[in-house]
Amino acid sequence: MRIHFKTSYENDIRLFPDWWSFLVYAVLVAGAVILPWLLDDFFLGEVTNVLIWAIAGLGLMLLTGQTGQASLGHAAFLAIGCYSCIILMENGLPFLLAFPLAGVITGVFGTLFAIPAVRLHGIYLAIATIALSVLADDIIVLLEPWTDGVSGKFAPMITIFGLEIERWTTPDRFYWLVLAVTILCTLAYRNLLRAPLGRAFAAVRDSEVSATAMGVHIAFTKAAAFGLSCAITGLAGALMGFYAGAFNNETFSIVISISLLMMIVIGGLGSIHGAFFGAIVIAFLPQALSMATDTIGGMIGGGNVAIPGLETGVFGAILILFILFEPMGIYGRWLKIRTWFELFPFARKDMFKRQKSYLKTERLR
Amino acid sequence: MDVLQLLVSGLANGCVYGLIALGFVLIYKATEAVNFAQGDLMMLGAFVTLGLTNAEYMDLPFWIAAPLAIGLMALIGYLLDLVILRHLFGQSQTAVVILTIAMGFVLRFVAGAIWGHEPQTLQSPLSQGDFQVAGVVLGMADLAVIVVTVLLTIFLYQFFQRTKLGLAMQAASQNQMAAYYMGIPVKRVQGLIWGLSGAVAAVAGILFASKGAIDPNAGLLGIKAFAAAVIGGFGSLPGALAGGLIVGVIEPFASRYLAAGYSQVAPYALLLFVLVFRPHGLFSQVRTKKV
Amino acid sequence: MSLLEINNATLKFGGVVAVNDLSFSVEEGEVYAIVGPNGAGKSTVFNLISRFYEPFSGQIAFDGQNLLDRRADAVADLGIARTFQNIELFDHATVLQNLLVGRHRHRRTNMIEEMLFTPRVRREEHKHREAVERVIDFLDLQPYRNKMIAGLPYGVRKVVELGRALSSDPRLLLLDEPASGLSVEETQDMRWWIDDIRKQMGITVLMVEHDMGLVSGVSDRVLALADGAKLAEGAPAEVQSDPAVIAAYLGTGAV
Repeated sequence: MRIHFKTSYENDIRLFPDWWSFLVYAVLVAGAVILPWLLDDFFLGEVTNVLIWAIAGLGLMLLTGQTGQASLGHAAFLAIGCYSCIILMENGLPFLLAFPLAGVITGVFGTLFAIPAVRLHGIYLAIATIALSVLADDIIVLLEPWTDGVSGKFAPMITIFGLEIERWTTPDRFYWLVLAVTILCTLAYRNLLRAPLGRAFAAVRDSEVSATAMGVHIAFTKAAAFGLSCAITGLAGALMGFYAGAFNNETFSIVISISLLMMIVIGGLGSIHGAFFGAIVIAFLPQALSMATDTIGGMIGGGNVAIPGLETGVFGAILILFILFEPMGIYGRWLKIRTWFELFPFARKDMFKRQKSYLKTERLR
Repeated sequence: MDVLQLLVSGLANGCVYGLIALGFVLIYKATEAVNFAQGDLMMLGAFVTLGLTNAEYMDLPFWIAAPLAIGLMALIGYLLDLVILRHLFGQSQTAVVILTIAMGFVLRFVAGAIWGHEPQTLQSPLSQGDFQVAGVVLGMADLAVIVVTVLLTIFLYQFFQRTKLGLAMQAASQNQMAAYYMGIPVKRVQGLIWGLSGAVAAVAGILFASKGAIDPNAGLLGIKAFAAAVIGGFGSLPGALAGGLIVGVIEPFASRYLAAGYSQVAPYALLLFVLVFRPHGLFSQVRTKKV
Repeated sequence: MSLLEINNATLKFGGVVAVNDLSFSVEEGEVYAIVGPNGAGKSTVFNLISRFYEPFSGQIAFDGQNLLDRRADAVADLGIARTFQNIELFDHATVLQNLLVGRHRHRRTNMIEEMLFTPRVRREEHKHREAVERVIDFLDLQPYRNKMIAGLPYGVRKVVELGRALSSDPRLLLLDEPASGLSVEETQDMRWWIDDIRKQMGITVLMVEHDMGLVSGVSDRVLALADGAKLAEGAPAEVQSDPAVIAAYLGTGAV
């Protein structure tokens, strides 16, 4: 077990608690950078997909895990990010300008949505965001002059300083681009958590009354969380557009919204790791399932069988199992296993036992 | 007359939304949780009835199949609580929301695996014949929906206001620990309410399937019913029905008088509008917390 | 001029009068206690000062500034910090993070700077942490520094809440039943802390408390409330021997 002797305030502030964890993350990032030389194009594409989902997950995690505002409508913000980035590029803006601007635009939309939404709690917020997600689909169709409605749009080629980046022809460059965005978003997220605003988010999540008494402006803090969350989600949306190549009003459906929320719950609410773990599950589940059905189909001689609804059904079942047996998600399980090894042989079985809790009405706020 | 016809068909649709919304409100009143799988329970209820009564399946007479299906769905509701939801006892609303969404996914998959993904119609005596009153055509199914919904709402309302069990259910939702101390078996009460809402879902499913075809994705109707429950304000049974009727009536009028594309938007736009001005619904019960 | 002045404050919930034409003032540097039977409106007075409730009529001023002009979250900016009767901590955060939220009124950096974690943010963080570590030392919270609130015993939570209020460097500290639920030893500690808060830190304390031992031990003046109105005010011994106060506590007819 590693013991941290704290000798200065920096010990609590810096990104990595000790040299060991710095080393671990350095190796991880180095491994991620050289990945295109290790994997073939198909798997590199899959890893790219994981990273894009992880960025979207980070966005939602900031809102749901950190600030306690569950959103079932984040696909709408993915769509805003995607459409605004590509429409800006079609109007002649270079990617390096259009991409961050897409994040800003989505953030502004998120803040605008938050202005009425910050008054909503729990289920009411969930419902308002569901409505937003359903509306997004129809609104994209209604805005056909800009969005080309049901026929959809194609993502243009990305050019950065003359370097051409495209999902199919240069998957390695596209991967590095996504990796860079992922690292930047993760760093910004981490920085927020060790600064006053990040703590204000947690304060709003856990007790609005005492946050107010400590001088935290609840509405402003929630709106900031919405804005930031949507900005990050918008970036992920733009990348999703480039990854898919073509998209229309049905690409960012309510199922995507729901999957995104389920993903961060499976990964572990309230942790950066959770967004990544969840993204791995959501991106590789379809592959794993199709491999499984192929194998079973091969064994019983039925060939390749497609079972509609299988993915969401299995995903739902996994989620139910997690909520029942590991509410802290994959990250929570990982922490337990790590602690068990660190304390070996002193870990006790009831160390992580949940306290019995009783629910009081939430009709009183 | 045209307006009247729109109004009547809107009311009948609204009653189906209202019935699903009743299921939401039941569970919300008693457990303070929101069952996002209510629409899928309704879908399952319809398919169970269809499986019992349709000629290509078990071919039971409708009037035997329907009560049987309602009983089965009550059992399924109770079991869902016993096996899954009870483990979440005392956890936050958001956890239950996510859990029930996942349950909906699983139910949809199960129904698709058993009954296939093609739309099917329920062979029900309710789907035959229609009345003509003063130039307005009223289907048998529409009439049945309206009558059953009104009766069920009155029955459930009385149940919560008058009976000891109903009051115990409300008490259990307000403060679980205090309810325990007063001798209310909170967990069993929670199981009963899930059974009850399973039965209500079955009724809604039977009536919905009598009005038209049903497929595993019919549960997505729950989202609209959800809008209805919110507009009415969670926690109020008559409110749920009122919300259902509002949504049901808006739809046909919107598709008649608004440009194409805007009509689907109408119920959700109304929902957002209500939430902006009455964040807890039209018949809100939320007060400020005491510190 | 007094530090806190409440003039003719009245608050009604529906038909119930929770605070009835109440006036009192707290001088800079004193410990002022409010006592009274349950439902006398003691916590309501705190919630009026915190701006959680809007008074029906009357004025509340802090250091000459009208508190009623301010939003609830702007009260802390003036240097008013408080604790709650039924502890309201941030359960899923560590003790250190809870105390750091107490520093929120001293936040000088904006969202963009914090996302980039500029040198200025770092310098500010150092200041916040220095202030918080002083509070941790003062209240002996070192063993719990990095523990989650959710796993802490009641007595410790009570102290953490006091610490969170102190971290904001307040001028006026509102303590809502600081000793309720504490053991005899813990109450003794609380008494010493309140003494030190006043004497060493020079913070004015306004507290609601049932434990008369603690009240008479630390407070300079006591206000007795019943049914939202003033029964008696004065030195602890005077108030305790006031016939009206004894009647309110024991019921009329006794004495």
